[in-house]
Amino acid sequence: MISRGFLGRRRPAEVEKRLPPGQYLVTDFPVLSAGPTPHTPLDRWSFTLEGLVKSPMSWTWEEFRRLPSQTFTVDISCVTKWTKLDTTWIAVSVDTLLKAVQLDPSARYVMAFSDGGYTTNIPLAEMVNGQAFVAYQFGDKDLAPEHGGPARLVVPHLYFWKSAKWVRGLRFMDRDQPGFWESLGYNMHGDPWKEERYSGD
Amino acid sequence: MQPPQLEWQVAKVTAIRPETPQTKSFTLALPRWMAHQPGQHYDVRLTAPDGYRTERSYSVASEPERAGEIDLTVERIADGEVSSYLHDVLMTGDQLEVRGPVGGYFVWDIALGGPLMLIGGGSGVVPLMAMLRHRAARRSTIPARLLYSSRTQDDVIYKSELEAMARSDRELGIAYTFTRQAPSGWIGYHRRIDSAMLEEVMRPLGADIRTYVCGPTLLVEAVASTLVRMGLPAERIRTERFGPTGN
Repeated sequence: MISRGFLGRRRPAEVEKRLPPGQYLVTDFPVLSAGPTPHTPLDRWSFTLEGLVKSPMSWTWEEFRRLPSQTFTVDISCVTKWTKLDTTWIAVSVDTLLKAVQLDPSARYVMAFSDGGYTTNIPLAEMVNGQAFVAYQFGDKDLAPEHGGPARLVVPHLYFWKSAKWVRGLRFMDRDQPGFWESLGYNMHGDPWKEERYSGD
Repeated sequence: MQPPQLEWQVAKVTAIRPETPQTKSFTLALPRWMAHQPGQHYDVRLTAPDGYRTERSYSVASEPERAGEIDLTVERIADGEVSSYLHDVLMTGDQLEVRGPVGGYFVWDIALGGPLMLIGGGSGVVPLMAMLRHRAARRSTIPARLLYSSRTQDDVIYKSELEAMARSDRELGIAYTFTRQAPSGWIGYHRRIDSAMLEEVMRPLGADIRTYVCGPTLLVEAVASTLVRMGLPAERIRTERFGPTGN
């Protein structure tokens, strides 16, 4: 259906081709969360790999910060329709974390879990080979609490609710299970380029 | 089992009502209407003649008891691609493509119970209004309070309806605060929402309350953190960000 009188505001072609369908460009960094921002003291923070691993692994904040980090520059798209280009993060790649555990061959899916009880599910195959990372700096600053600090998962090729704020660990599973938003009408996968916003998309 | 897809439908604009200088309410008749939960939103999709498309989400302002149609209240955002179209171009009788209702967490209905504490800033009052209209339509006596922060009195959305609601309902209380200009002779709050204000407004509701906070990021972050410090369990505090993104 053509919207009468709507011409739209196109961006330059090189920007337009980086915007997934239905998305619009922002230059600020909107904050969205379902509840209050948790504030876990760093001396009580840990990051854990558990579930289908030979033996679970856990890092303290100090240990986590000593892991090899990388700079990632990625575009991010939120299901609420905004896309932000060229965000820069300092982060530990999930590949680096996985070197510390032996995954059970039946592990196919990951549930990321966070302070405050938030969870989100992602296929394991979409977490490896540089596709996902745990970030503690945004730009040149420590990641602010409202943006998920001290550390958040970033899975840039999926809608941003998959990039769990305040992430505290990954649980490896053999079957896909819904996390928080996935139980409330949002898509199990969440690929912005296929516009997988809601259940059934 | 794959759940059914939420499909796009072509709504007809049956009424457009200015609420404040910056907000308008749009009544949409839906061919495939279904009852929403108060607090849910609809997606709106605009398509240009060359196929260019963009989408936005807007909270439903109306109560689900109004079958066949919904109201969306939209704030005009400076330079907003969709809000300026809705405000300046869309007319009664036009068609508008929408899909919904969407969102399953920032929702309340009388079955969830109360007491209910609603805290809104600016156009963040819109989903809270759906909750209050639903509560009124069902003649619920669940105790409820709305604490509503606006810049000035002219920015108060649904002013006369809120006042009528509060007058006719002993279990509903509405408190306003103005962050810029207060009306002359105003003896109410004239500052940003703080813990003293929250305590005063919430006290009559007791401890076991459900709170919904919607507004600009700074307000939502400040209010939600204050509620946690006041001892409210985090799972009783539901938040939604609303309004222009602003740097």
